[in-house]
Amino acid sequence: MGASANKQSFDLPASGLRKFWLDFSESPTAVIALFVFLTILFIAIFAPWVSPSNPYDLTSVDIMNSRLPPGSEDFSGNFYILGTDGAGRDMLSAIFYGLRVSLGVGALSGLVALILGASIGLSAAYFGGRFETIMMRIVDIQLSFPSILMALIILAAFGKGVEKTIIALILVQWAYYARAARASALVEKNKEYVEAAHCLALGNRRIILSHIAPNCMAPLIVVGTLQTAHAISLEATLSFLGLGLPITEPSLGLLIGNGFEYMYSGDFWISIFPGVALLITIVSINLVGDQLRDMFNPRLQK
Amino acid sequence: MRQALDPILKINNLQTHFFTKAGILKAVDGVSFEIGAGEIVGLVGESGSGKSITGFSVMGLVDPPGKIIDGSINFKGQDLSALSNNEMQGFRGNRIAMIFQDPMMTLNPVLRIETQMIEAIQAHDGSISREDARIRSRDTLGLVGISSPDERLRAYPHQFSGGMRQRVSIAIAMLNRPDLIIADEPTTALDVTIQGQVISEMQKLCRETQTALLWITHDLAVVAGIADRVCVMYAGRIVEQGLVANIIANPMHPYTQGLMGSVPSQNRRGKPLQQINGMVPSMLNLPAGCAFQNRCNYANEKCSKMQPDITQLADRRQVRCFNVPAGQQV
Amino acid sequence: MKPILQVQNLSKDFIKSLDLVAKGLNRIGQSYKEEVVHAVDDVNFSIFKGEIVGVVGESGCGKSTLGRMVAGILSPSTGSVEFDSSQANNKEIPSALRTQMIFQDPFSSLNPRKRVIDIVTEAPIYHKLITPSEKRVFATEMLQRVGLDPDTLERYPHQFSGGQRQRVGIARALAVSPEFLVCDESIAALDVSIQAQIINLFVDLKDTYDLTYLFISHDIGVIEHISDRVIVMYLGRIVETAPIEAFVKQPNHPYTQALLAGVPRLEVGKRQYEPISGEIPSPLSPPTGCHFHPRCKFATARCKAEKPALREIAPAHFSACHLNDEA
Repeated sequence: MGASANKQSFDLPASGLRKFWLDFSESPTAVIALFVFLTILFIAIFAPWVSPSNPYDLTSVDIMNSRLPPGSEDFSGNFYILGTDGAGRDMLSAIFYGLRVSLGVGALSGLVALILGASIGLSAAYFGGRFETIMMRIVDIQLSFPSILMALIILAAFGKGVEKTIIALILVQWAYYARAARASALVEKNKEYVEAAHCLALGNRRIILSHIAPNCMAPLIVVGTLQTAHAISLEATLSFLGLGLPITEPSLGLLIGNGFEYMYSGDFWISIFPGVALLITIVSINLVGDQLRDMFNPRLQK
Repeated sequence: MRQALDPILKINNLQTHFFTKAGILKAVDGVSFEIGAGEIVGLVGESGSGKSITGFSVMGLVDPPGKIIDGSINFKGQDLSALSNNEMQGFRGNRIAMIFQDPMMTLNPVLRIETQMIEAIQAHDGSISREDARIRSRDTLGLVGISSPDERLRAYPHQFSGGMRQRVSIAIAMLNRPDLIIADEPTTALDVTIQGQVISEMQKLCRETQTALLWITHDLAVVAGIADRVCVMYAGRIVEQGLVANIIANPMHPYTQGLMGSVPSQNRRGKPLQQINGMVPSMLNLPAGCAFQNRCNYANEKCSKMQPDITQLADRRQVRCFNVPAGQQV
Repeated sequence: MKPILQVQNLSKDFIKSLDLVAKGLNRIGQSYKEEVVHAVDDVNFSIFKGEIVGVVGESGCGKSTLGRMVAGILSPSTGSVEFDSSQANNKEIPSALRTQMIFQDPFSSLNPRKRVIDIVTEAPIYHKLITPSEKRVFATEMLQRVGLDPDTLERYPHQFSGGQRQRVGIARALAVSPEFLVCDESIAALDVSIQAQIINLFVDLKDTYDLTYLFISHDIGVIEHISDRVIVMYLGRIVETAPIEAFVKQPNHPYTQALLAGVPRLEVGKRQYEPISGEIPSPLSPPTGCHFHPRCKFATARCKAEKPALREIAPAHFSACHLNDEA
């Protein structure tokens, strides 16, 4: 039968993670952005251990230290590399804790929106018919509203708070995931391995979850990275406007907002530095997402 | 048989390698053959044999990381491999034309056929008027058997069927009366009856205009019907070449024999087809010695150590194999 | 002997229904028509156990649609596909699994994210034909049956060549002990030398496991080599059905004759092609009467007006051509 003759299978140059890295590292910009983002992530997760001080520990904060410019020392010898804010909190520490909140809210809302949106998109593509038409029209309508407007309306209706902000972010984002998932699922649905699954009489649930969904992950990951950046930026806007997170869980947006009044008196560092931190975060996520998108775009593949 | 005085195209030891991250891929590794005026030569091989890259190399269409690193492509006295891209532009579509498997690689979907054909003419002859170019386009469409050419000129590619599009591609290739046409799998994607039409048109054209034709395909049967000579490629090299009739009657290289034995037909009903066991070796990892050794029934020690040179036989026949029966040699 | 598979009046129409705007315009007097493609048009045939029936035809003839309806993946618009379960080899296997399909594209017919062992054993485990603990042993046996090295069980499809992937697809189908295999252009995407391996494999498997095949291909050489009987389709209809000898030696329908004359053959050598003229009509607007009449050398007025019926002109040899009536 020639079993031994077919022993030799293809010698791929690299597979799995190694191949992923080879492709990803074709863009030096993306590699730098990835390292920046991983650093930010590390800081965000380990903020209490990495920060010079805990800015929300009322015992360690002294109002006498307020509005110190960057690079100054206080009477107890603490060095404030980025200065202090109006209440005497170390800006660097405040930014580290703020990153934690911003990333946490962005990631959590992104994850839930992904699960919700992908489920709807996959089912719509698979079952088709009226269900698909209705769901996709809802998606279209939702996507035609500016996300800021939608978030403001939701928060105005339901009030402020961490949970409500996260819910608002989920409700604003799910439609992007639904659309990406549906587009991908429509392509996969017609491929022969799905036809084979039908032929083998595997049930609908098995086909959607075990066959179609795993093959739709790539575009969803791309949407995920870009949307997370969008969510972080959105949350920052809402907090800046005073509508998002409360002062007990300050995100970067809130820091920017609170520091804004000091801009007029020349104490720029209270608002600008959190802004720069936000900018670096969002740009690095976007650059990583761009490279992922180019990697998965079949037309750009050689 | 046409006696070629001076061949139109003479390729000598062509080597086109791809320098990838994973290693050097020797897509074309020492290919030599020639085509005379008005001759039809088939270049036969399976996937990975390097036949398409050979065609692209002649046209100068090999993109990085591929590069022609050695050998000469002598076209009517000029070495094409030494020319710059700008200089090649003067030849492409003018003296040498190419037809692809997918006609949509030649045709722009948003332009009318007329626009594309006139463009192809005027690109190489600035002095010709638009009206004269249009008339030549119309006449060439008629040459390839397209009825009502005036109407067809105004149409867009999507309004044609697959077979018609391929004929339009052939017409575009013929516009400037090239000396050589390279056709890369031109009928592979077409239905049998349409394939017959296209092959018939090309046969007629080449006979009437004395255009040389290099027909690249995996289908030996098509080559048998149309070509004068054939080159069989495997893993970047030509393993056998000669007159079509001779090779079909008496294939010498084990790969050619295996290839012919693999083709099913009514003659072989009831018997298992001769299969060539194993697979083409990875082009990144060719074995030392003959590339066919691990699939060959006659392989011996010599085959694993050295690559066979070309053995020259009568009637312009060449074989690359240590096991060519002695006494056949010239 | 009764046939194991009976196809009766089988048709499939693909309808592009009107959208809201067109429906609205229709109400105010416009007449927009739905676009209907009769992909398969009133097809009747039977297959006997152990046969290999080849289906041949060009683009738009409906052979792939027919194959999918026989395999049960596509539901017919009218007509039926009936399997005689009394002739089944293995009566415990669920009827949904009796007919399996081998697909054309080795690249998209396997789930790229699943290992080969999972691809082959998923359906048997799902339908409780084997237990999860038997997975490895079962998969090893399946791969050996199709000539693959069992060491490759843990690999993913992209690590295999085209021919090997087709073998995995065959193993996947055989894993549920089918009676009937529909092969839809299963070798078209492979190199010639690999095609030979797979064709030999198909024939061996048929004998070993007592299978019946519907073998769909555009490659007439392959059809001639492997089939016991041949069905020729044109634009959704069967134009001729014949045992292999009659197909090769006495093709009756002008389309069959043109097909056979136009096939490039190694043995024939250099020749001048004399093809039939004309394009294959679009399935959206097929010619009236006999679909083939615009391209047929022998067409008469009757051919344009009346659809010819499939008539028996010799034992087991059917042809749909008015010219047979005049004889």
